Amino acid sequence: MSAVLKSKPKAIVCDGNEAAAWAVTLARVDMVAVYPITPQSSLVEYLAKFVADGKLNAEIIDVEGEHSVLSVLHGGTLAGARTYTGTCGPGLAFMFEPYLRTPGLRMPMVMSIVTRDTLTPQSVWGGHQDAMSVREVGWIQMYCETVQEVLDTTIMGYKVAEHRDVMLPVNVCHDGNYLSYGATRVELPTQEEVDAFLPPPATNWHAALDPDRPMAVDPLTGGAGGPGPSMFVRYRKGQCSGMQNSLAVIEAAHEDWARIVGRRHAPLVESYRMDDAETALVTLGSMTGAGKDAVDEARDRGERVGLVKVKTYRPFPVQAIAKALSGVKAVGVVDRSVSFGWNSGPLYQDVIGALQFATQRPAAMSFIGGLAGADITTDHFGRVIERTQALAKDGQVGETVWLNEKD
Amino acid sequence: MYEIRIHGRGGQGAVMAGGILATAMVHEGHYVVAVPSFGFERRGAPVASFLRMDTREIRQMTNIYRPDCVLCIDPTVGRAVNVFDGMRDNGTWLQTTAKPLAELQVPDQVTTVGLCDAVTHALDIFKRPITNTLMLGAFAKTTGLVSLDSLRAALEDSDFRDAGLKQNLLALERGFNETVVHIIEKKVAA
Repeated sequence: MSAVLKSKPKAIVCDGNEAAAWAVTLARVDMVAVYPITPQSSLVEYLAKFVADGKLNAEIIDVEGEHSVLSVLHGGTLAGARTYTGTCGPGLAFMFEPYLRTPGLRMPMVMSIVTRDTLTPQSVWGGHQDAMSVREVGWIQMYCETVQEVLDTTIMGYKVAEHRDVMLPVNVCHDGNYLSYGATRVELPTQEEVDAFLPPPATNWHAALDPDRPMAVDPLTGGAGGPGPSMFVRYRKGQCSGMQNSLAVIEAAHEDWARIVGRRHAPLVESYRMDDAETALVTLGSMTGAGKDAVDEARDRGERVGLVKVKTYRPFPVQAIAKALSGVKAVGVVDRSVSFGWNSGPLYQDVIGALQFATQRPAAMSFIGGLAGADITTDHFGRVIERTQALAKDGQVGETVWLNEKD
Repeated sequence: MYEIRIHGRGGQGAVMAGGILATAMVHEGHYVVAVPSFGFERRGAPVASFLRMDTREIRQMTNIYRPDCVLCIDPTVGRAVNVFDGMRDNGTWLQTTAKPLAELQVPDQVTTVGLCDAVTHALDIFKRPITNTLMLGAFAKTTGLVSLDSLRAALEDSDFRDAGLKQNLLALERGFNETVVHIIEKKVAA
């Protein structure tokens, strides 16, 4: 669409893929490498268009596959460039080897995952299974609820990634189909606002490719003798510290964004109507809007129901989740993907883990919906609320509920 | 909240129609969410596009199951899918057709019908049966929910340029002028 409204120059109507491309443009990214794949393809097309139109002053590199996408960006990042790409599903799978290396190399890049269910069965539609399959690789992962949040979070991603206490890559996850192609009114920040928020990249010249100062990057490390074991541990511990440090940096970045641009998003978790709630839903991504509407309907009936949205999924905000859910009687966690190991949703595992630290530990049940493009409506959330209220009464945790099984 | 479901076939621009309509409505100060359905991306396959409009922010990013309005930009898509599925009472139906109202089956929920022979007009204007902008004109005429001026502005802000823009502006106006609106009196049970 790319329609800039003439009456209000800051408002546009666009979908999530175009919003991400606007974010890349406003963040003054130097280098983009791309390989198109549904439902990310139009994002790549918007980037190419913005470069052709002269809006985006970046080198755009068309490569032969996703493995090369990330390998090329490794070179660019090590030379001090601000870099970006986006992918999903099978593309992410093909990218896996350099994807694994990126956080260990402490590369501050941003990559959108336009989430898609994984094969097989053959499917081209949305679901969180791709991003969930790489949740323990060491990338920071933030999930967006709205098209506006896609734009804002993609820019904020650079502030988080490039922070000296973090120096890690960031995935901004936006739901394939519902956010990638869903169009809404979006407020476009000005270039001046974004420049004030996000300074030019501060290259880590300690580990950067510099022809005047040749150095080996990522030499063989580890083994069972000599300095290897302790050196490897120091690298790993440093990487884990970077992840933990990012929680405070993510909060600070959202605070800066609110101060400069005037829009506030919850950085780690958002509590919606949780005051005096007895039953809570936990959601991730674009399903949250319908979840909030279902909570409003329950509140109108006089039921004490609230919702906790997880925005930052990796690192998992354990303390924030434990605090948000302390005191409720029952929790219904809604996942858009599957944990094959637990026969539940992966977010459910994280939540019950975090509840170990809650002052009063509620019972929790897993709900799975929205696989491969399926819809999660207010009616589905109505069923989640009903089942979780029953859990609050009898404390009997039932089997995982598959929301779209009888749609 | 007002919910519109657009039905068409791949290649006719049902998704683009949703985008143009969303832009025009936002232009008039409304909140809008436009979500396309995700079928197979091939020409001729039935496709749908969902559009919600409200005076306050819309949070649901979902498909539409209880439309207030059904906008059919293809004359035969109603044979392939039940376009009236879940339709609310006092609904509005816009249809591309060369037939008069008497030859159409209007379901009980529908009380306003807007008919436009958009295929014939499209063949005249574009030399191809691209009916989306014609039917946006029909939508404006029938519902009054968006002005022709806002739709024009949305088209001018879109990627259409030069001859293509001119044709689509003409199609919009032709759709508006050539649509016949029927108000159907509800039969009240004795």
